[in-house]
Amino acid sequence: MPGKLKAKIVAGRHLPVMDRASDLTDAFVEVKFGNTTFKTDVYPKSLNPQWNSEWFKFEVDDEDLQDEPLQITVLDHDTYSANDAIGKVYIDIDPLLSSEAATVISGWFPIYDTIHGIRGEINVLVKVDLFNDLNRFRQSSCGVKFFCTTSIPRCYRAVMVHGFVEELVVNEDPEYQWIDRIRTPRASNEARQRLISLMSGELQRKIGLKVLEMGGNAVVGYLQCFDLEGESGLVVRAIGTACTLDKISNTYAPASAINPCNSSPSKDTKDSPQAVPSALGCRSTHSSPVHSASSRLSQGFSVSVPTLLFAGMKHRHRSSEGPRARQCRAGFGEEAPGVPLSSGPPTPLRAQTFSSFSPSKSYSRQSSSSDTELSLTPKTARICLSPSSPTLQSKSSPIPTTKALRSTTPPPLHVSQSDTAMLRKSVSFSEDLLLAASGMGSGGSAGKEAGPLKALLRQQTQSALEQREFPFFTLTSFPAGFLLHVGGVVSARSVKLLDRIHNPALGNTRSYKLLDWNSFTADEPETRDAWWEEIRQEIKSHAKALGCHAVVGYSESTSICEEVCILSASGTAAVLSSRFMQDGALDMDHRLSRQQAPVFTSGTEKGEGDMGSSASLGFEDLAPPGCGFCHIPYDELNMPFPAQLTYCHCCRRFKVPDVLFTTIDLPTEANVTGKGCLIQARLCRTKKKAQGEGNATAISNLLPFLEYELHTQLMNKLKLRSMNALFGLRIQISIGENMLLGLASATGVYLTPLPSPGGIQIAGKTPSDITYEQHISNMQKKINDTIAKNKELYEVNPPKLFTLDPEAFRCINTELVEEVIGSPIPEPRQRSRLFRSHSESSDEVSELDLSHGKKDAFVLEIDDTDAVEDIHSLLTDAPTPPGFYSCNTEIMPGIYNWTSALQMFTSVRVFRLSNVNLTNQGLNKVFNDLCENLLKSLYFKLRSMVPCCLCHLNFTVAVPEDELIQVAVTAVAMSFDKEQTLENGRQSCDKTLMKAITENEEQLQFPLELTAESSSNPLSSAKGLSEVSGALPSARVSSLEKASPLPEGRSRSLRSNRSYAGGSVAVVKMTPLSFIPGTKIIKYLGIINMFFIRETTSLREEGGVSGFLHSFIAEVFAMVRAHVAALGGNAVVSYSMKECVFMENPNKNQAQCLINVSGDAVIFVRESELEATPPQPQSASTQTSSSGEGT
Amino acid sequence: MSVELDVFVGNTTIMDKEVYQLWLNGYTVNDAVKVRIEGGVMEECEASAEVLLSDTMDQFRTFQMCERLLQNPAKLANQLLFQIPPDRQAMLIERYYAFDDAFVREVLGKKLSKGTKKDLDDVSAKTGITLKSCRRQFDNFKRVFKVVEELKGPLVENIKQHFLLPDQLARDYAAIVFFANNRFETGKKKLQYLTFQDFAFCAGQLINYWTVGAVDNMVEDMDVDLDKEFLQDLKDLKILITDKDLLDQHKSLVCVALRGKTKVFNEMEANFKNLSRGLVNIAAKLTNTKDVRDFFIDLVEKFIEPCKSDKWTSTDVNLYLTHYTNSAHILDTFKHQTVWTRYMGVIKSCILRMYHE
Repeated sequence: MPGKLKAKIVAGRHLPVMDRASDLTDAFVEVKFGNTTFKTDVYPKSLNPQWNSEWFKFEVDDEDLQDEPLQITVLDHDTYSANDAIGKVYIDIDPLLSSEAATVISGWFPIYDTIHGIRGEINVLVKVDLFNDLNRFRQSSCGVKFFCTTSIPRCYRAVMVHGFVEELVVNEDPEYQWIDRIRTPRASNEARQRLISLMSGELQRKIGLKVLEMGGNAVVGYLQCFDLEGESGLVVRAIGTACTLDKISNTYAPASAINPCNSSPSKDTKDSPQAVPSALGCRSTHSSPVHSASSRLSQGFSVSVPTLLFAGMKHRHRSSEGPRARQCRAGFGEEAPGVPLSSGPPTPLRAQTFSSFSPSKSYSRQSSSSDTELSLTPKTARICLSPSSPTLQSKSSPIPTTKALRSTTPPPLHVSQSDTAMLRKSVSFSEDLLLAASGMGSGGSAGKEAGPLKALLRQQTQSALEQREFPFFTLTSFPAGFLLHVGGVVSARSVKLLDRIHNPALGNTRSYKLLDWNSFTADEPETRDAWWEEIRQEIKSHAKALGCHAVVGYSESTSICEEVCILSASGTAAVLSSRFMQDGALDMDHRLSRQQAPVFTSGTEKGEGDMGSSASLGFEDLAPPGCGFCHIPYDELNMPFPAQLTYCHCCRRFKVPDVLFTTIDLPTEANVTGKGCLIQARLCRTKKKAQGEGNATAISNLLPFLEYELHTQLMNKLKLRSMNALFGLRIQISIGENMLLGLASATGVYLTPLPSPGGIQIAGKTPSDITYEQHISNMQKKINDTIAKNKELYEVNPPKLFTLDPEAFRCINTELVEEVIGSPIPEPRQRSRLFRSHSESSDEVSELDLSHGKKDAFVLEIDDTDAVEDIHSLLTDAPTPPGFYSCNTEIMPGIYNWTSALQMFTSVRVFRLSNVNLTNQGLNKVFNDLCENLLKSLYFKLRSMVPCCLCHLNFTVAVPEDELIQVAVTAVAMSFDKEQTLENGRQSCDKTLMKAITENEEQLQFPLELTAESSSNPLSSAKGLSEVSGALPSARVSSLEKASPLPEGRSRSLRSNRSYAGGSVAVVKMTPLSFIPGTKIIKYLGIINMFFIRETTSLREEGGVSGFLHSFIAEVFAMVRAHVAALGGNAVVSYSMKECVFMENPNKNQAQCLINVSGDAVIFVRESELEATPPQPQSASTQTSSSGEGT
Repeated sequence: MSVELDVFVGNTTIMDKEVYQLWLNGYTVNDAVKVRIEGGVMEECEASAEVLLSDTMDQFRTFQMCERLLQNPAKLANQLLFQIPPDRQAMLIERYYAFDDAFVREVLGKKLSKGTKKDLDDVSAKTGITLKSCRRQFDNFKRVFKVVEELKGPLVENIKQHFLLPDQLARDYAAIVFFANNRFETGKKKLQYLTFQDFAFCAGQLINYWTVGAVDNMVEDMDVDLDKEFLQDLKDLKILITDKDLLDQHKSLVCVALRGKTKVFNEMEANFKNLSRGLVNIAAKLTNTKDVRDFFIDLVEKFIEPCKSDKWTSTDVNLYLTHYTNSAHILDTFKHQTVWTRYMGVIKSCILRMYHE
């Protein structure tokens, strides 16, 4: 699809004075796309020029359309000397390439200069005419929609979730090229901005190709990151989840949109041998390319999180593992991923994918590596995080082999065995496990066999999932029914040396033009890919050990300091329903036909056969929606790690862990008691300065401790708040020259199905000393008080709330409920007794009691200063001021009545440590205070919005220089209506339901029969709710589609009216969430992904570092808003600031900052404008359109 | 150990009115923090001094960044850098252009030049207003002056349109511009008792009735310069005092009208010729720029002070001026009725406003 790009330069305003003599400017504009440049006439002597140019037309390839930005440069004409640049505007025209997004870009753009910032504005009009071209060799992927949103976008429905897509491109960083010495800072910055823009475009195009190949039409949860590796280059990488989406409001769009561009290309590539040598042919078999493992030194490290099992360091030598892995694979040959889909004949290499899922295989690999390789220089340690819970268990085995882990599992409560080897300390939580890489041994696989139903289920979904090399999903919330069980957090980190790998390649092969990653033959580019692949394998095996076949809420990140780089990946092991997944064996025709009839077809009608249906009947049906996801996916008789299991407090049929950690958002159907709150663990560790490998080793050595302590802190803080689950867990580790920073943020909640957490007990080491005992008991008292206060604050466990539990209606009859109300804390015994009357398995009940008894035994031992510190930090965490709540997830459990007032903000702080000789404790305190003060400042700033909740609080830490700590926060403050939050449990329970229903409706736009259903039958309504965004039964869907024909093009009319009275600038809302309360998103206009550099050589004059950064961030916001407005949108959702790299040199009066932001541009309309009364399908659509005008 | 960098940027720019006022008042960050602490914000919100400092610095920085826009308020509405709701924008502008009466009294009628600006530290010392605030106010005057100076059309409307000010504030600025342009003397000791609002009222009268704009509304400077022709014509009024008959006739008419209606009749009768001479002489001299400057001081010396020393009440003054004006119309030989009305209308309202009991 080549296309014609047309641009028109209309006018400028507020231009800077470029001619001192006249105080005016003679401005003209250069419009450049690819290698073609057009110029407007000079508009003499004006600060508000009216060029009103002709249409400049560029005839270009669609590949270029995707890669290149339209580049607009405003200059001042100078007769005698060179023309001075005023500034530039880069316009990403990608949104115009999708038929469903924007059709024209028109509006005022800030003219941006990397040295001076925004200098005036320019009004531009851009259009694209695309020709249909079914060229089979095409490399473009126009039409694939990208969403940053990590859930199914609000006005779409997921027909199919295809799976993980990833890609990365590398290039040399223009900032480090020789030419940089002779060019101006401006030229360097612009070269860099342009390059990154190109690379992002290319990346997106390539990912799009993979999506098309998989038969999808969209990427959801698109996460793009930059690694500024300095000398060794620039990596732009992205991951996402390929889906087939259907627009809810438009019946016809899907078929037409999907057919021509999606299915045909993949077919083409399949039949055409020529496609193979092309860049795309090479890499993409399925979602993820398989690479041969190259032998490389790597430092990797994996710890499983809650229970930190930590195997010490291993030296992993890929080459030795490679063959083994491949061999294993052979047995699975039939499952080779995507055989039918694969484009081009698979090369031998490709056939040997690593995606072997069998646990025994991966374990054996790992254990062998730890055995044999320990003797080598210790390079790798692995951490895998699993969400577990907090019982500290000290392990007695002195030697850091992970194998020891499983064997020692003393009852979780006691802590007291002093462990000699610190490393050995492992925390094991009840249900989650953590697998140490080698710890699982063969036992893990054995465990799988138990529980026939589960096994069945697992196998069945596995059949769909195992086809994928990486069954990863970047989504954090899911269509109801998709997420069956959650195992826990899995994460992996790996420490790498950058220069080693890069340097050989640097000399000759690289030029500073954009490199095509795939066609590049030197092994250097492969490196980055291989690194990630290795990590993903690691993650996959962890998930496997947790009895899960998929990883959700998956993300990847890096931290780079000099030549050392930590790669991190984390996600939540989960069992997914096969409902939205396509099994690998499905052929094209099948898929096509399915797309044409966009109904949820999934498991049953597909090749998975009986497994699919049995799964749904066997398991899901029995598991009520509110608690099903908490049920353990692994086998209780043969758990890979020690955990305490109890019967689910909702359904009483399945086992649940006592603590659950996840990286995903709280599922909407989850049963939660009370409210949630932000929980952060912060840690700072000094490290000796070192170079190269020594440095990498030092870091590898520190990581497990860091990870372990972060985990302990999280656990303690969770207990202190009387909560039992963490959502949205994000652990960030940053390296600096002389320290390591760890920051874990998550939202704690009390999940009703999980047992109530016990308190925290403090045990002293020297009980004989009386004053010491007093001290201890004082502390104990403080802790108990805090817990009690927190319970009240977060409304955890007020007696009436117990009725919140919808399952109560189901499993326990009404009298029972009343009984329970009587006791403030649901007393396990009582409940279990009640339960017994309904259940046949009385043995299990007694087990349950037992475990309850144990549960209270979370003990903190004060045996050293560290522990005292820990406890102090527990107690010094200031509570949020009255009226404030905070969380880092999208939704705050317990708050439903949001008002539309919202305030997105970014706050950055840099702290200088003047005292170089700080101890770990000192550093910890500094870092802790820094975060706490930042939060306090936020609360103070936003006090006018009370009652309000800070949602999606996203902290990013960095160590930009020796003694600097940088913390950046982006979040949104949303007000809510206080009245309703005070209502008591019963009512709020109803409200929850109602609200959920209405939310549901909102999403669907119309209530349909859901409402009726739900009012009569709470259970089914709950189910109905969960159908929300994706999984509507076809009947509903079709009626929906008929009912809501939102006229396309209506959005156009919105634009003219968008501006507010008084000003000519449209208001654009920004939020890191995927929705705006009280509104309905009616259209997604495309992804916003912008990268800016700002530099100054007059730092003092610009108000110092704060002044400089303040105006830069404000400028970035302004540019984002302008682009959104030009697309016709009025909001950005899922906004995030991915990167904020700040460097200063006060002595030279200089500073530089790089910022990367992204989000989804949307059009929303207010619900109040939509209709005041519950909508009737027919009238609703008309109302919608009429109210749209008023927006 | 120190916080090196600390910024907060909201998508909607957050501004606290109270902090804004402190900034406008020219406080340093530290002083502003002190004021805020005294104001009790801390207790209200459980904040620490540190938090307050950070917030204050941040807002001061925001205001500083906005200042460039505030100096050209029309830009504020269509700039892209700060997203500020319209009502907030209006508040920002209004407060930015608000001024202290104490300050304006010091500068009113002075040339808005660099020289005057240099003397602002004296003004600051005298009024207790920070120098920074004085400079802002002075610059505002000067900026408004420069912009409207070159514009056609009604002064107040122009100010409203270019600076988006509310009506009352625009009128005040019109007065300031008018005074600055005509360099009216307002600083003399005898005039100290007059407030800015007194002068602003008088300025309004002068603008409405004595400028070119009063007759022709599409001339440059129409509201800023007095109508030259009118000033020339005022010379003709001299006949009222030079012609002995006319003067006597005028006096007797007024006396007849006032007899029994005022307690100060005798004083009035005794002073009539003096007062009349004073007012007519003021009119006759207005062609000289120098005398225009002394207009207010002349009013005070020639009319207000004599009346005051005779203990006239405002009512007396009002009565006297009404009849003094009207009686002239009855004089057969007095031909300059229009000029007289135009002149006396303004004089009367000015005197009444300036006559504080």
